Amino acid sequence: MKKVAVIGVGETRFGEHWYKSFRDLAVEAGIKSMEDANLERKDIGALFVGNMSAGKFIGQEHVASLVADHLGFSGIPCIRTESACASGSLAFRQALLSLQSGAYDAVMVEGVEKMTDIIGSQASLALMGAGDQEWEASVGLTFPGLYALIARRHMHEYGTTPEQLAMFSVNNHKNAVKNPDAQFRFEISVEDVLNSPLIADPLHLLDCSPITDGAASVLLATEDFIKKKKIKNPIWVLGSGQSSDTVALQDRKSLTAMFVTIDAAKKAYKQSGLKPKDIKIAEVHDCFSINGLMAIEDLGFCKKGEGGKFIEDGNISLGSTVSINTSGGLKAKGHPVGATGISQIIEIVKQLRGECEKRQVDAKYGLTHNIGGSGASCLVHIFGKEK
Amino acid sequence: MIKMVHRSSIPLHWRLYEPKYKLVGNKCLKCGESFFPPRNICPNCGRKGALKKIVFSGRGTIYSYTVIRTPLDGFEQQTPYVIGVIKLKEGPKIVGQIVDTEIRDITIGKEVKSVFRKIYDDSPSGLIHYGLKWVVIE
Repeated sequence: MKKVAVIGVGETRFGEHWYKSFRDLAVEAGIKSMEDANLERKDIGALFVGNMSAGKFIGQEHVASLVADHLGFSGIPCIRTESACASGSLAFRQALLSLQSGAYDAVMVEGVEKMTDIIGSQASLALMGAGDQEWEASVGLTFPGLYALIARRHMHEYGTTPEQLAMFSVNNHKNAVKNPDAQFRFEISVEDVLNSPLIADPLHLLDCSPITDGAASVLLATEDFIKKKKIKNPIWVLGSGQSSDTVALQDRKSLTAMFVTIDAAKKAYKQSGLKPKDIKIAEVHDCFSINGLMAIEDLGFCKKGEGGKFIEDGNISLGSTVSINTSGGLKAKGHPVGATGISQIIEIVKQLRGECEKRQVDAKYGLTHNIGGSGASCLVHIFGKEK
Repeated sequence: MIKMVHRSSIPLHWRLYEPKYKLVGNKCLKCGESFFPPRNICPNCGRKGALKKIVFSGRGTIYSYTVIRTPLDGFEQQTPYVIGVIKLKEGPKIVGQIVDTEIRDITIGKEVKSVFRKIYDDSPSGLIHYGLKWVVIE
């Protein structure tokens, strides 16, 4: 199979962008990635855009052409991908496959979401589109509610505590202080999390990722293109895994082990020839603290049920056993749903290039983990400095 | 203004009449697994499966639960409300509100039964949505 690497990255700051529209954000991220790789428009064969719900957030569909148009790329083949909160990583994987197929030499992958043009309760309804409308939303279930049901069961089966969940958010915020692109650049304590309002028991406000505007863009290219253009510091895609499961939480065999994570990770590890112990940095999908905790179990960094203790013993902090969410993660860097997967990839690429300054970790390989819905889709990617 | 499709369409509700109001699901005669809501194809056996309509007993146990304190639009007046994952006696799980029970009395493993209730109304002149909720059996 053709070797493919990330050769350029660029993203907007994550947060509330009152003065920037969907297209402004997408163009800003796209241009930054083009400048980073020093490429020109003629080098780009296709554009992939990951976006969950522009239709509900800004009333705009047809966003792949919209982004291409405003980047000055008209004429280019462009594709929008949607897999709820995993839309960004899905775009990345489709771009990867298009390069491996030989269709293109270099492509752009964007993730974009503009979430703050509607009020919070409307944004919640839009996000609930990732759940089952007929059987979950119809009884009043919310997204925090879905993950609260998972958290309660995890506590019941494994004795996981609210304090251990809180520690996941605490770690995210600590890392976000060192990331200039993060939405929440301040530290929080376990007490802050436990004293924040309950959203859906046992999850508190500070267990939940925020509503965020943002865009992120990466350029992917084949080995031949990289050689021809003499591009420095490519970060190679070593493994790509994707899986799917039931959309409705009630139909899952288990609430406490995410099949999609286990399955996508198995595929990515196999393709890369690497094992969990080889991974020293990972960006995991902590839309809620419980999902971050389960991810470290299901990705194989610790045993099932021991995620809480693993966190409590200091194994996920910067420079420890496995540095989790050095960017600040979804909780503190922010979660513009369609952009999140690409943003995770950018953090790993910057880490492997050695560009992360105060939050820099020494690692040969890095992993990204992006979930859609309450676990109906997942993509795992593994990256390395060497092919 | 976003509206969820399931709130505005009468045919959408009538299509779901049997499962929503009567707890009708189905069972694969080949592998023996029961499904709620009813499925069009058995996920275990594929097209070789044989699905037969069954009516669930409406008895089960609480598998997990949460108290929703930031409601979905339309559920403000009921807040806070409890939503549980109910494991039906016949096997499948279903989510629904647990009502008529003090929050402190709700724990994993308690037995529940289904009751027919109003779920919400669209507006003073709009549709009134009915369905099943769950109560703890003492």
